[in-house]
Amino acid sequence: MSETAPQTGSPPPENMLSAAAKRLWEWVLPFAVVIALWQFASLFFPRFLFPSLIDVFWRCLEIFADGSMFKDVMVTIYRILAGLAGSFVIGAALALLMVRSRAVDKFLSPILTLFQGIPALSWVVFAIIWFHGVEFRILFIMVLTTLPAFTFQVLGALRGMSRDLMEMVFSFRPSRAKLFRVMIAPAILPDILTAWKVNLGNASRVVVVAELVGATGGVGYQLLLQQQLFDMAGALAWTLQLVFFVLIVQGSLTLIENVAFRYRAVSERAI
Amino acid sequence: MNGDATPDEAAIHLADVSKVFGKIGTDAAFRAVDGLNLDVRPGQMLALLGKTGCGKSTIFNMIAGLTAPSSGSVRVDGRDPFAEFDSFRGKMAIVFQNDRLLPWRTAIQNVELGLEMLEIPAAERRATAQQWLTKLGLGGHENDYPHALSGGMRQRVSIARAFATNANILLCDEPFSALDESTAGRLRAEFVRLVKENGKTAVFITHSISEALEIGDRIVVLKRPAMIAYDVRFDTSTGPEEREDIRSRIVEVLAV
Repeated sequence: MSETAPQTGSPPPENMLSAAAKRLWEWVLPFAVVIALWQFASLFFPRFLFPSLIDVFWRCLEIFADGSMFKDVMVTIYRILAGLAGSFVIGAALALLMVRSRAVDKFLSPILTLFQGIPALSWVVFAIIWFHGVEFRILFIMVLTTLPAFTFQVLGALRGMSRDLMEMVFSFRPSRAKLFRVMIAPAILPDILTAWKVNLGNASRVVVVAELVGATGGVGYQLLLQQQLFDMAGALAWTLQLVFFVLIVQGSLTLIENVAFRYRAVSERAI
Repeated sequence: MNGDATPDEAAIHLADVSKVFGKIGTDAAFRAVDGLNLDVRPGQMLALLGKTGCGKSTIFNMIAGLTAPSSGSVRVDGRDPFAEFDSFRGKMAIVFQNDRLLPWRTAIQNVELGLEMLEIPAAERRATAQQWLTKLGLGGHENDYPHALSGGMRQRVSIARAFATNANILLCDEPFSALDESTAGRLRAEFVRLVKENGKTAVFITHSISEALEIGDRIVVLKRPAMIAYDVRFDTSTGPEEREDIRSRIVEVLAV
């Protein structure tokens, strides 16, 4: 019993520090370049085309500080999260049915593929024609536009589970609940988090379109107002609210990934 | 019957078992097992030996309850392991060809897996898992994830996982075939000691004659489609010459 485990020791702290600084620099650099280019352009173009980013910054603060304006941001965030949650629950249920039954898979796959081909704007038009309530319209649009992706991603995750590991867990005769807890949930979690990351970006774009056309509040509605006023600084400030939200949620998801997937081996050689 | 136990006494009893993959009666049908009769008495270590594709794994899966026979009857402790799948919880454990450790669980959490299915309280579970890891020389590696362990260590975790549930019947599907000979030899000896010490009934699938002679107190040689071509019992008193005779006979049978 003398074989040794692979070396997995931590690097020295000074190396970790310089690696962290390098990572921070790599993260900041692209943003710094875009900001610098925009600010440079603002020196030569009219304000309604390229406003100074200092103006945009103050407008952002104004949105944060003004309760009624920030409420619009929160309404949009609520719509995104409600739409994604609804879509995820329905998509996961459909994926489970599809993985259990070939007939259901054969029936639903073409329908979901068809839905994938319908542009978000078409769903907006359909929702306006079919429904009256603003919130229901937006929920409908959000769910329908993200449902196929969620379903296919969960389906792929379920199908991609290791047959060997599944058989091993089965050999201990687990109950359904235990099978889900010890095997299925941890096996599909990485794909689910990726699906959330991808769909979050899509949802934040779709919600703005839905609000732009059919709502009386939210970031999309505010963007419509800025367009009517030809206020580029305002349009940017409202857009940045959504960008901040997406960055915060993406960061949270990455944090969850780092904690939940610490079991993964890290190769010194990247792809 | 091919065993030295009556069907009622047998820990594992296969009567006229056949397994056909694909639709029976069509060209696509493949008969993996054909009218197999086999009894394994309690406490016996049976080595099932045969060339690749002779149906060993199919028999293994039928005994484990993972596959149903197309015809005939499979009984483990007098019950049908496929139809009464859940009733074997904690009664049967499997060591697979590769370790099949859950990558998101540490070594000790992997060993605890079977105990979780048995609803054993967490503290007791942890103590049992710890005890088995220590027994298998993995003390100090309890909180390592599988990727941080060597192949031999991972396979020892999987052996600990199988023994931890204290199942009476152990099914082993070439568990040491992926390891280097020296590690495999050490683990094999350790495995035989643990099986004997704990009075388990074990079915050990292998394609290595040396391994079968080392592990088993009975060897059954299978020929395609899984039917018994040679069945021999021996024990610790069996001398080297007799063992050589057995080896030669097995080589002859497999060559035909």
